Amino acid sequence: MPPKSGFSRTRNIDYDDDDAYDDDYYGEEEAEAETTADDKEQMRLGTIRVREALGEFEAGVGDSQIHEALWHYYYDVGKSVTYLKNQLGGVQPPRDAPAPKKEKAMSKFDQAASAAVQKAPIPAGTTPKKKRNPTANTEKLAQSVGNLTVDEPRVKSKNLNVVDEFEKSGMKRMANFVVVGHVDHGKSTLMGRLLYDLKVIDQRSIDKLRKEAENIGKSSFALAWVMDETSEERSRGITVDIATNYFQTDRTRFTILDAPGHKDFIPNMISGSSQADFPVLVIDASTNGFESGLKGQTKEHILIARSMGMQHIIVAVNKMDTIAWSKSRFDEISKRMTTFLTDASFLEKRITFIPLAGLTGENVVKKVDHPAADWYTGETLLEALERVDLPQRNLQKALRLSVADVFRGDMRSPLSISGRIESGTIQVGDVILALPANETATVKAIEIEDEPVDWAVAGQIPTLHLADIDPVHLRQGDIVCPVNAPVKLVKAFSSKLLAFEHVLPCPVEVFRSTLSSPGSVRTLSAKLNKFTGEVVKKRPRIIKPGEVARVVVVLERELPIEEGMRVVIRERGRTIGAGLMEHVA
Amino acid sequence: MRLIYSKIEQKTGEGTVGLLPEEPEDMWHIYNLIQEKDIVRARAVRRISKITEFGPTSSQRVAFDLEVAVLATDFDIGSGQLHVIGRVAEQNEHAKMGAHHTLDLELNRKFHLTKADGWDSVALQMLREACDVDRRAELWAVVLGPGTANICIITEHQTILKQHIEVPVSRKRRGGVDSHTKGMEKFFSTTLATLLRQMDLTGTSAAKLGKTLPLLLASPGFVAQSFLQHIKDEATRTTNKPLLALIPSIVVAHSSSEHIHALSDILSSPTIASKLSDTKYARETALMDQFTTLMRHDDGRAWYGPREVERAVDKGGVGRGGGVLMISNALFRAQDVDERRRWVKLVDRVRDIEGGEVRVFSSLHESGKRLEGLGNIAAILTYPIEDLDDEDGDLDEGDQEGDMII
Ligand SMILES: Nc1nc2c(ncn2[C@@H]2O[C@H](COP(=O)(O)OP(=O)(O)OP(=O)(O)O)[C@@H](O)[C@H]2O)c(=O)[nH]1
Ligand SMILES: [Mg+2]
Repeated sequence: MPPKSGFSRTRNIDYDDDDAYDDDYYGEEEAEAETTADDKEQMRLGTIRVREALGEFEAGVGDSQIHEALWHYYYDVGKSVTYLKNQLGGVQPPRDAPAPKKEKAMSKFDQAASAAVQKAPIPAGTTPKKKRNPTANTEKLAQSVGNLTVDEPRVKSKNLNVVDEFEKSGMKRMANFVVVGHVDHGKSTLMGRLLYDLKVIDQRSIDKLRKEAENIGKSSFALAWVMDETSEERSRGITVDIATNYFQTDRTRFTILDAPGHKDFIPNMISGSSQADFPVLVIDASTNGFESGLKGQTKEHILIARSMGMQHIIVAVNKMDTIAWSKSRFDEISKRMTTFLTDASFLEKRITFIPLAGLTGENVVKKVDHPAADWYTGETLLEALERVDLPQRNLQKALRLSVADVFRGDMRSPLSISGRIESGTIQVGDVILALPANETATVKAIEIEDEPVDWAVAGQIPTLHLADIDPVHLRQGDIVCPVNAPVKLVKAFSSKLLAFEHVLPCPVEVFRSTLSSPGSVRTLSAKLNKFTGEVVKKRPRIIKPGEVARVVVVLERELPIEEGMRVVIRERGRTIGAGLMEHVA
Repeated sequence: MRLIYSKIEQKTGEGTVGLLPEEPEDMWHIYNLIQEKDIVRARAVRRISKITEFGPTSSQRVAFDLEVAVLATDFDIGSGQLHVIGRVAEQNEHAKMGAHHTLDLELNRKFHLTKADGWDSVALQMLREACDVDRRAELWAVVLGPGTANICIITEHQTILKQHIEVPVSRKRRGGVDSHTKGMEKFFSTTLATLLRQMDLTGTSAAKLGKTLPLLLASPGFVAQSFLQHIKDEATRTTNKPLLALIPSIVVAHSSSEHIHALSDILSSPTIASKLSDTKYARETALMDQFTTLMRHDDGRAWYGPREVERAVDKGGVGRGGGVLMISNALFRAQDVDERRRWVKLVDRVRDIEGGEVRVFSSLHESGKRLEGLGNIAAILTYPIEDLDDEDGDLDEGDQEGDMII
């Protein structure tokens, strides 16, 4: 269960008199209080349509349930109807439906909330309850709360077949993308703009940021501050660590991972990229902007993203406002980047270029409306995002989750972790193994996009609230896996490596998704043919940029890495290569 | 280290020296000097129990001089303790000839060392360096990143990790950066407390020496700067005099990572090198850089690995006019006497015959660790020589199209 902010609860009270606005309207926290007039109208029309579509079932369904369904499916009538029918038919509801929120004790707030709980959609895996008896309800509430308190030793697993649940749920596509590019090219601003124009961030919040930014003479960074939240980031006008945010479209639930561009924070950028399905590369089109990026991190970011296995890329040619939407500049940048990207083995058809301006919002959500930009009739960023093909999820394989963050996410849970599920599935009640500590923990609760859920699958980035484990056993880069299918701990391994820079045997930093560890390249075993993998030269004395080689990497201590996992090797602040773990050496 | 006496035959190199280690670093020198089969004579302590008819009654500690022929040495870098394991080489009333005994060499305790194979040029050079009384460069360094810090002391011949600190700092999260900020504060205060304990600003050692060692803070990003700010704030808040006095000798530098091996690039950067007195470390690092630059340019003037370097020397490539032989002292610690002779011969040849420069790297410095990766030996040649590795050349790669294997 997520901690509820005081704000949310207050809001809950505010809307207490209105059926439609119960406790579960938290899809977007940033959307804050107001449901717009637009929303209300959509809701009204949607309700009518759903009632029509429900036909014979219609009588059994309350307005609140319909509102609920519509809200969660973003007014998609078809999906709402399916959901409601399933629910009435006793079939499990989609996991999108959040479980009711519960509080520890029945405070005044909670009593109000409990009214809402009654109307909330039934949590996945429970049979709808007909009872309206308030005491019974309270009891149930207390019970379920009991399940979540620290002193309760066992968290019951519902023993769901998560793969089935997932297939049944008819969930939207899930896409995580990482925003990369050279420092100051406008990544955070662009994401702030995207969220603002999608109304995930409301006007009031933006106004507030504008004022605060102006106060310290950084007004141009107001939109970036949506992502850059630490005081250090704000005062320096630079992103330091990955910022995560969410939005959804008709088809897709997106997770934004806004990476820092500064070279010092590439370790964070790598950790963010390892959780993404594809990159959005931001390039400053302004005079010298593009060029300084080429000398800087633009290429390094691309190579890292590519080495993580990402195949699609959207190139946001940004700050077009500063060059009066010059077509020739856009063409020049597209041409040069296409060459580089195809050399980095991105297929040309999987590269999309979009001229845009994050600061002003042209071609982000809204099409550019500028006479100088007449030449461009292509997609907006949002359209391009919606069109990207997503990689297959490995649901059937054993669970692998690389821990991106360890924190105290909930008063009642001593320890929470977050990170992308690389493969497999997880559900509440699962006992997991944390490596390299080799300690087990119980999954007490799972959240996705700050909403409690019963399970999560590969490709999602859940927060897991854990029990029965001491916080010392978990840190960033650890692997969470099933007890019966652990990842081996490895001290030295052989890796197929694509060199970005010259590689000599030397001390290096080894990155494996969110993990980073000191280590060294011990042996240059062989130079390989890039395409066939055949040995071209044994024991080369140096590996040159662009060459592929087999090398032996030694880690400072035993760490969980298994065959097929991707590694990035850095030396003295430069990414010198990336590759695949082949086998233990 | 104090050389109490030296009785070394000029011609043969045979002989014995009496030494008194006075500084922790001296233990490292001794460790490098003592080889298998050498004779070490030092004070030994034994517990002797008197056996009476009622069983063992009293036990007594007796100290006596003992001479052992070295079998092995055991050195603990952190504590500077050196144990010499050997067989008793000179019978006495407490120790039987040939019996195993471990001598613990300690600071401020003299001992005598006789080289079994004689004092070769490398051993003599080490002895000279060890007994060089010139003030040595020394500094404290903290290499840090969010939540991780490595506190080290860097001396002329060693980089010693005094303490590795890890404080969990959660990352920035949407809508809540408090826990990150709090985590960083906790991390800074833990690091500072540990650092002060290690540096012992008020303690006897500092007072005795009457000096403050420079302190280097290095990190990627802004962590080092923030840590300095934290130190300043703490010093002012607590009006801690020794801490306030330390502040002017703090240098903040940029490092590529929070790991110790990042020290090698910090200390080679000219800005830092100029601020800190020029250490052996900095020189070694600069040479390594020069070497890797040549390697990158695929210049036949840079070679590494035992066989390759020997060949380069044979061909006269490491001589007058820029030839440099870089060799780690680890090679001279070889158990095998012949192995050591091989490297001493190479060093002698480069220095005395070829006229090149010889640098013995300390395996305890990061530059030495980089050299270790290259087989503990590398050379910069005066002219390019190709194919010293005499492996078959590249097989034809054949221009293929398609997807790369990675
Ligand atoms: N004129 C103009 N300026 C822009 C645009 N997008 C961003 N900027 C400005 O570029 C500067 C940097 O923006 P950020 O969003 O912080 O850049 P970033 O890429 O996130 O930077 P890092 O995360 O630190 O790498 C800010 O001053 C922005 O106002 C744009 O479309 N047009
Ligand atoms: Mg940014």
